[in-house]
Amino acid sequence: MPVTAAKTIEQLAQAEARDYLWTLNFGPQHPATHTTLRLVLMLDGERVVDAIPDIGYLHSGFEKIGEHLNYNQYVTVTDRMNYISPLANNIAWHGAVEKLLGLELTPRCKYLRTILAELARISDHLLCNGAVGLDTGAFTYFLYAFYQREVLYDIFETLCGARFTNSYTRVGGVMYDATPLVIEKIRAFVKSFPKTLDDMDRLLNRNRIFVDRTKGVGILTKAEALSRSATGPIARASGVTRDLRKDEPYLAYEDFDFQVCCSPVGDCFARYLVRMAEMRESLRIVAQAIENLPSGPVNVLVDERTTLPSKQDVYSTIEGTISHFELVMANRGFTVPHDECYGAIEAPNGELGFYLAGDGTDVAYRARCRPPSYIHFALFPHLIRGHTLSDVVAVLGSLNIIAAELDR
Amino acid sequence: MIQPPTQTAVAAAFPALVWSEFRGGTRAVVPRDELYKTLEFLRDRHHFDLLVDITCVDYLNYRGATDRFGLVYLLAATETNERLTVRTFVNEPDLVVPSAVPLWKGADWMEREVWDMFGIQFEGHPDLRRILMPEEFTAFPLRKDYPLQGRGERHNFPVLTREEG
Amino acid sequence: MAIEVPENVVVSRLDSLASWCRKNSLWPMPFATACCGIELMATGASRHDLARFGAEVFRFSPRQCDLMIVAGRVVMKMLPVLQRIWQQMHEPKWCISMGACASTGGVFDTYSVVQGIDRFIPVDMYVPGCPPRPEQLIQAIIDLQDTIQREGTISGREFATRQRQQPKRALVELPVITLPRGVSHLPQGVRIE
Repeated sequence: MPVTAAKTIEQLAQAEARDYLWTLNFGPQHPATHTTLRLVLMLDGERVVDAIPDIGYLHSGFEKIGEHLNYNQYVTVTDRMNYISPLANNIAWHGAVEKLLGLELTPRCKYLRTILAELARISDHLLCNGAVGLDTGAFTYFLYAFYQREVLYDIFETLCGARFTNSYTRVGGVMYDATPLVIEKIRAFVKSFPKTLDDMDRLLNRNRIFVDRTKGVGILTKAEALSRSATGPIARASGVTRDLRKDEPYLAYEDFDFQVCCSPVGDCFARYLVRMAEMRESLRIVAQAIENLPSGPVNVLVDERTTLPSKQDVYSTIEGTISHFELVMANRGFTVPHDECYGAIEAPNGELGFYLAGDGTDVAYRARCRPPSYIHFALFPHLIRGHTLSDVVAVLGSLNIIAAELDR
Repeated sequence: MIQPPTQTAVAAAFPALVWSEFRGGTRAVVPRDELYKTLEFLRDRHHFDLLVDITCVDYLNYRGATDRFGLVYLLAATETNERLTVRTFVNEPDLVVPSAVPLWKGADWMEREVWDMFGIQFEGHPDLRRILMPEEFTAFPLRKDYPLQGRGERHNFPVLTREEG
Repeated sequence: MAIEVPENVVVSRLDSLASWCRKNSLWPMPFATACCGIELMATGASRHDLARFGAEVFRFSPRQCDLMIVAGRVVMKMLPVLQRIWQQMHEPKWCISMGACASTGGVFDTYSVVQGIDRFIPVDMYVPGCPPRPEQLIQAIIDLQDTIQREGTISGREFATRQRQQPKRALVELPVITLPRGVSHLPQGVRIE
């Protein structure tokens, strides 16, 4: 297997004074990396002197595909980007497309997307915290988290028929409107989830082993967080009070009462606590939104020429048939401005944005994704330096690196 | 979005900037020679402390484009919630821009990705290597003249049979 | 005892005994790269419970495993790793290609994604879906167990057949590309593929 991080390793190996150091290869196929990434660790005994990340083991050309699929088709590919919370990716992608188009959504669609984005955030944080627990030896905690994820999968499956590659949003709306059964399931989840969350709090928050393994490990200061472009829970755990839901309210976030969870400490334990607190806030948003879900159409009007008309219109009226064919025929579709823009949302992992260059057709000329995992993984060598080998998994888990988003 | 006083101050300091607005976002096109100074000015004087992203667009077949590559710097100010997009253009064969790593450490991997995907060199970058593609890969895959399916590199492996296994 | 039993009857029974042992103690090696890996985890978790079929002992060391489950897309940089791990596993060994990406490349018909791992390593069972549901993976494992029971021999003769030896869709005619360093692309009009 070729060692691609060779240049830096050679430089280190050549340093005569440090020849007592030894090199440990971590990954790309390793249970604690969860997915595929590779670290080359320089060790002094058990202490990590340096870490050289080597990524690209899952690079599948997402951005190149984005230049060949149209705005509605590409949503299936965004699912596979951060597969822990695909709905957040769908919403980010179509949020950026609608910003490029200058499209205003219907109130019901805004609320529905807000609810789903928050449920996606809960499922993401559950997996992330569960994995931190698993890696530091708390297996029970992981089972609690995974069970709740299955409940969320049930909700998503009822909503759109897929467990976790949902592809739910469309330009100017969503695939189907939410049925009363979905609303009922979400209500039940809102009722039942706080109890589990309390249990999870009790399991780990004062667990001696867990606290010892995460407290004071991988400290990120506020200045470093800003300088290294950290966003989301990781930046908030370091005292950066930046949350796009508050700072640049999109969708329906202006209507709800919630708090931005921050911590001034910046270690792994703070990141864990911020995620736990964010789940409670997300649940508050879902609870408020589900009770105030507006009625009315979920998609924008057919006159906007972006969403497909309803099947009844297609089969019974000539206008419906024509507009349906206009949208699905090759070389037709809808038109976007000949311009560029950047749209971002607060995804569970941080700021997830898309930089889109439209060229008039319904296929993006350039679809750049700003992936939070990629930016956060660059923090890793900085965080791990000086800690022991066993802290590698704790830091890696608390950064929540999703390889498919890391490499795209 | 950027507040008018900030825009006025930046425009006064750098008259060569070309400003535009689209969907509530402010963009400034900078000549390449002034790029580093502009970024430094924005960071030090106007609290643009967060470098959100660096990316690149290949304008090979883009209608109305005069330059080949456009580099995009997305900046944000966390205190005042301002955003600014700084763009600059480079052309072959001189694909070199100054690195932003001295200003923001987060620029490290972003610039490596741009180098990997587009082949634009960042002068002063500490460790400009390929990051996503293998080291032995020679092309720059996100350029518009590179085909989606590649040039057969993905088939370029030995085949293992069961006996060898 | 003078019961005359033809020799081959005994061999057959031992064979089926060995196959029965093998099929009910599959030790999977989860080669989980992407989304399918999450469903693989869900298959092993309490709701779907792979343990019911004797294949729950996930081991991350290839030396201890006899069933490789490739879950997720395999890209250019990863394929040498995959081949190395496949070579490190001991015979008898089997391979399940889980999901559309591992089997055919799926939606990722791009420059870096290998269009089906069966071009480069032998595969015994394909699971369709993007990602497949846990039930589908369980069905694939049951089917593979049937295959093992039906075809297995103690001496491993089933691996000697020509069909099992070859990768399913080996590409033989593709030239090896060696561009000189620094040359970023081929001249116009020259195509390889």
